[in-house]
Order: sequence, then structure tokens, then C-alpha cells
Amino acid sequence: MTTTDIRSEKRGVLASALITLGRLGVSLFVPIVAFGILWAGFIFLRDSNASQAVIAIVAIIWGVGGVAMLFWVTDWLVNRAPLSVAKKLQPFVFVGPALAILAWYLFVPTMRSLYLSFFDAQSNNFVKLDNYIFAFTDAKMLESFVNNLMWIVLGTGGAVGFGLLIALMADRVKLEKVYKSLIFMPMAISFVGAGVIWRFVYAYKPAGEDQIGLLNAIVTLFGGEPQAWFTMAGWNNVFLIVILVWLQTGYAMVIISAALKGVPSSIIEAGRIDGASEIRIIRSIIIPFIASTLVTVSTTIVIISLKIFDIVFTMTNGNYGTEVIASMQYKQMFRFYHYGRGSAIAMVLVIAVIPVMWYNLRQFSKREGF
Amino acid sequence: MKKVVLVLLMVLLILPAAFAGGQADKPDTGKKTVNVFGAFVDEEQRRFEEAIKPFEERTGIDVIYEGSKDFETLISVRVEGGNPPDIAGLPQPGLMTNFASQGKLVPMWDSLLETVNTNYAPVWKDLGSYNGVPYGVFHRVNAKSFVWYPKKAWAREGYEVPTTWDEMIALMDKMVANGHTPWSIGIEAGGATGWVGTDWVEDVMLRIAGPEVYDKWVNHEIPFNAPEVKEAFEIIGKIWLNPKYVYGGTNTILTQSYTDSPRTMFDNPPKSWMHRQGNFVTTFLSEDVQNNLEEELGVFPLPGIDDEFGIPVLGGGDQFVVFNDRPEVREFMEFLATWESGELWAKAGGAIFPYLNQDLSAYENDIERSLAEALVNAKVFRFDASDLMPGQVGAGSFWTGIVDWVNGKPLNTMLNDVERSWPK
Repeated sequence: MTTTDIRSEKRGVLASALITLGRLGVSLFVPIVAFGILWAGFIFLRDSNASQAVIAIVAIIWGVGGVAMLFWVTDWLVNRAPLSVAKKLQPFVFVGPALAILAWYLFVPTMRSLYLSFFDAQSNNFVKLDNYIFAFTDAKMLESFVNNLMWIVLGTGGAVGFGLLIALMADRVKLEKVYKSLIFMPMAISFVGAGVIWRFVYAYKPAGEDQIGLLNAIVTLFGGEPQAWFTMAGWNNVFLIVILVWLQTGYAMVIISAALKGVPSSIIEAGRIDGASEIRIIRSIIIPFIASTLVTVSTTIVIISLKIFDIVFTMTNGNYGTEVIASMQYKQMFRFYHYGRGSAIAMVLVIAVIPVMWYNLRQFSKREGF
Repeated sequence: MKKVVLVLLMVLLILPAAFAGGQADKPDTGKKTVNVFGAFVDEEQRRFEEAIKPFEERTGIDVIYEGSKDFETLISVRVEGGNPPDIAGLPQPGLMTNFASQGKLVPMWDSLLETVNTNYAPVWKDLGSYNGVPYGVFHRVNAKSFVWYPKKAWAREGYEVPTTWDEMIALMDKMVANGHTPWSIGIEAGGATGWVGTDWVEDVMLRIAGPEVYDKWVNHEIPFNAPEVKEAFEIIGKIWLNPKYVYGGTNTILTQSYTDSPRTMFDNPPKSWMHRQGNFVTTFLSEDVQNNLEEELGVFPLPGIDDEFGIPVLGGGDQFVVFNDRPEVREFMEFLATWESGELWAKAGGAIFPYLNQDLSAYENDIERSLAEALVNAKVFRFDASDLMPGQVGAGSFWTGIVDWVNGKPLNTMLNDVERSWPK
């Protein structure tokens, strides 16, 4: 043992300590600088009076560059860590931002709604379950539960039923693509747009005047009395649901049709050779084969029916007994400013959607998509 | 790599659009600006901007008006989000009390209060007050207790303006005997369907029960299903629910939009002969009629029923309230409280003003002049009750109650439902 050995060892400890310190310093320094740059960009965008062009350019660089920088810095930081830790952290560098955004825009608002649903109109006083009692006892609320059930049964049944029927028939005719495109087209129309279109179908003028509504024009052509379709209690819901079916049949058809193509023709052939009728083949071979697709499509449309709002809002506004849960929520929230009741109704809707959503997702992952 | 470049390019294309929207609102530096947010748009917005030009020229202050049809939703969002306009024109007093109770509004300062006291009847200051503290300044207002008729057709048939309710019923029967349908009524108004009906109920309430009972009804000191209210509905029901009296019967009342319904008076021959609506009805009429308004359109106040209460006037209006206290904002508010701010709009037409010291000769036509006169001279003026009631009722169960009642729901059931919906 010589003194030089000890000295070099000492220097080694010192050096490695310095290196660790330096690494730590850099690890802290880099994120701080990155954050500083982002913050400066934010402040500039918020307060600057520069010309719009300059601000737009800075915004682009800040937005795109900021995302890239955030990713690069986090990735770099994670790679500083020991391999075993880095391996565990790495996935979060990729999904982290998505999770954070989801939490901020979805989870936090949901929790806030839950919190607000226990308070009064102005969110000042705790009212226990009053808002939920309202949600399950108010006459208009009960009306909207019944109507929503109607939307689910008739809307989903109609869209999936017609979708299946058309998919089966289109499979057997020439010009399949043309028919399918025509049926699919309404999918490109927004719900509000569809509402505007269908207002003209259902428009009503008193007897003796020119009927600008398609349906009443047909009725009067055959000598009937013009009808005010929207005011016919019970039936008016059906008239509204027709619009949803019109919009969603195309979606159901396209996906069911894709599943139909996956049914092995050898089995169908075998069925035919065994002398099964076409109906029997559909019932016993095709339907079981595409059952999981049918479930996925149905649950998707059930969710759409549960949160249906736009059609009711543009056509009847919930009048004449057509109220649905979502329109009640809108009214409580934005017309009556009763945040408690609005939030409680929103929570009821969330709770109603969750099981369907869960089932839908489970089907999804089982089938690995469509 | 190509894909990455493509995605980046798309981001580049989309981002400026997203940011440009936010930047447009930014005021230029150097010039003093006042941001006003209100519910009126299009032509009304243009006339408002025209009317405040003298102020901008005199003071050099730039007043930026922004109007939205979704005003009532947006103003709450903006105030909640900590981004209120300097001044907002609130169409419903309920919004004012809402914001005032949250401490968001700047109360009237002494000099403004003085101007308001001299220029307005006391009822307007009360309508703009919360807990005795005045906040709101009224500008353009509307008066609703009027019946409109096609002048030329009436002259041809020899119909005369009724001065009492009984005379009006007699006239209606005469019209029916002549094969005419007296009334055109349409209550369809999208999200606000039913409000036309609430105006009728309020007008009749004022006529049979008087302003004091009316105020009690508004403040829920008498229940919504009180006998007076029921009586008012029954009086209206005698007209509304009788298919001989109303063009198209109840189905047309429900489905005809309130903007379309006055037009049937000007068909040839007229499909209807009378229409009850506020002063703003003129904007719904066809261009032909609008161009010859004074020859084509006649108007009389909805007759009184009980002599004790005379001919009350029902109305409403936007009140301007202050969110941000700055000298230029104060200056503009004081301008709004003077007749000068309304004069140019009165000349352009389509508005009446409540100022006591206004120059009636400024109004563009005789019709608006006579309405403004009726408004300033009315012994009883009351604000639209549905705008004063809590939103649950005034913009909710009262509206839907009217719709349900016209659609066949028994009167008692409907009144009890509305009463039950009144927030505790």
C-alpha cells in the first residue's frame, strides 16, 4: 500500500461525488430551463401586443416546439435514471401527457360535478341528497326517463335492425357500394343539421294552406287532414327517434357489413348443401358469427341514445312531452342556473352510461377492434 | 419522415386559426375602449352602434359592442371564468340579481344615480336595484300590451277599435259572423316556446287583479295557482281554446313561430284580423308592410277589464350593468342614461325609450311615437313577470305550463305543477 493509491482512491471518491452532483445539477437545470422557456412563451402569448402574425408564429413554435421539448426533456431525464427504473418510467413519458390531459379535462370536471351535485343552485349550501331526490321524483324528470328508455329501445333497435337488414340485403345484390353509400350518407350530417332538415319534413300549416312539410304534403295529397306531428303526445317521441335511426343506420350497416364479409363462406355453403333455408342460415350461422359485432354496435348506439340532446333541442325543445335527461340537464344548468340539479342530473347520466361503456369496451378489447 | 412533416404542416395550418380567434378581442393600445356585451344582434346591433356614435366622437372613447344570441349562457360563463365585459346589457332582471348577489357588479355612483333619478320614472330604478342598491340603467325598452291590426282591411269591413274588453269580444263575434278569424297567435320560439302566452296571462292579471296583486304573484306572496291567476287563464282560454277565434286553432298556436304569426294579417284576404304583441312586432312584418307601416298597420292598447286599473302597460327591457370600474366605463354609462343615447335609434326606428325628457317628435313613425307616449304616460307600468320570476318558473314551468295547457292539460293540474316547481 502506498500513499499514492490512497490519494487516487480519495480523488476517485471526490470525482464521483462531483460527477453525481454535476449530474444532479444538470438534471435539475435542464427541466428548469425548459420550464422557463415555456413559461416565457406563455407570458408573451398572453400579454404581448405584438402584431397577430408575430404572435401566430410564436404560438406555432411555442406549441409544437414546446411539446417536442417537453418530450425530449422528460425522455432525457428518465434515461439518466438506472436502467431498471428507466424501463418502468419510460411508458409514462409517452402516455403521461395523454393521461394528464384526460385527468384535467375529464376526471376533474366529473369529480367537480359530483361535488356540486350535493349543493344548492348557487353552490353555496350543502343540501344532502335533495338534488338527487329531485332527479328521481320531478314529473318532467320521470317523463324524461321514460322517453330515454324509448330512445334506447326504439332508437337502438331501429338503427341496428335496419342496419342488419340492409347489410344482409346489400350483400346479395349488385351495386352494393352505391346502396351502402346512400344509406351511409346521413352519417356525415350533424345532429343539429339533421334537426333542421327534419323540421321541414314535419312542418305543419293549418288546413287550407300550402303544406311546406313533406309529411303533411303527402297526407293532404291523399285527402287527409294536416297533422301537427310534434304535439301528438307519445307519437312525437317516435317521430324524433326516426331521425336518430335515419342518422345511425348507416353506421350500423357499415360495421355489420364488414363483419358479414368475415363469415366463412364454406360454412354457409355447407348449410346450403344440408338444405337449410336462407332464413335458417341467417339465424343459425350468420347471426351467431357476428354476435359480438352486433353487441358493440348496439352498445355504441345505446350510449348515443342515452345522451341524446341535439335532436330534441332543435326540434321540440322538450315541449309536448318529449323531454330527455340531457335536455333537462341543459335547462337546469343554463336556463335556470341551478348548478346543483344540473350536476346531479349529469351524474345520473354518467352512472347510467358507465355500465354500457364498460361492456362496450370489454367487447372492444375482446375482438381487438372491428 | 414524410408523415412527420405532413403532421407538422397540419399543426402549422391549424394553430394560427386557433390563436387568431383569441387575439381578435385584444384592444389596441393607446385608445381607451369600453367593451359592451349584449343580447341584440344584426340590425338592432347596427342601430345601437349608430346611436352611440355621438359619444365616441365627442369623447374619443372606443365602444366595442359584441352581441350574441346565446347571450344568457355566455355571460354567465364569462363572469364565472373571470373574464366579464366592462358593461353588459342584461335582458332579464334575474341575471342582474344573480350577479349582484355574487358581488360581481359595480353599484351606481352618485352622479349616475342623479341622472337616473331625473331622467326615468322611479319604476325603472327599482327594476335595476337589488336589496335597495341600484345597479342597472335601462336604455331601449319594449312595451307589450298592444293589439295590432291590418288597417286597410279593417277600414274595408268597417271594424272599429274597441275601447273595453266587452267591446273587443263583441267585435270578435262580429268578425266570426262575417266568416273572419279574429286572432293570430303563435307561441313557438325555439328554446323559449311559450313566452308569448305568459305575456297574455300577465296582461290579463294586471287588468283583473291590479299591480299590487301582480307584484305579490311575481314575488310568490300569493301562490301560482291562486284564484286570480286561474281567472286570468280562464279569460284567455275563452279566446285561445276556441277554434273560431284563433286562426288554425290550438295546433297553430303551438307550432306557429311568434315571428310568423303576425304575417297572416296581411294575406289577401286576411287570414287573421288581430295580433297581440309588443312594439317590436314591426320587424317581423314583410318588407311591403314595413315600407308603408303607417298606412298598413293599426294599433290599439289591449283594453282594460276592470275600470279600477285602467289600461296598464306591460313591458321589458335590457338593463346595462357595470362589471369593471374605469373612468371611461363610467362616462359611457352616464351617456346611456340620457335621451341623447336613444335619439338616433328612435329616428332609425325599431325602438322606444323610457326617458321622461325625451323628444317624442324624434320617432321615425307615428306608431312608435304613440307607443312611447303610452309608455311614458301609463299610470301602471309593470315589468314582464316571467322575466322577474325565478328561472325555474319564469323561463321554465310557466313557459312549458302554457304549452301543456294549450295542448290539452287541465288548467288546475297545470297550475299546481307550476306552483310545485317554484323554488323554495
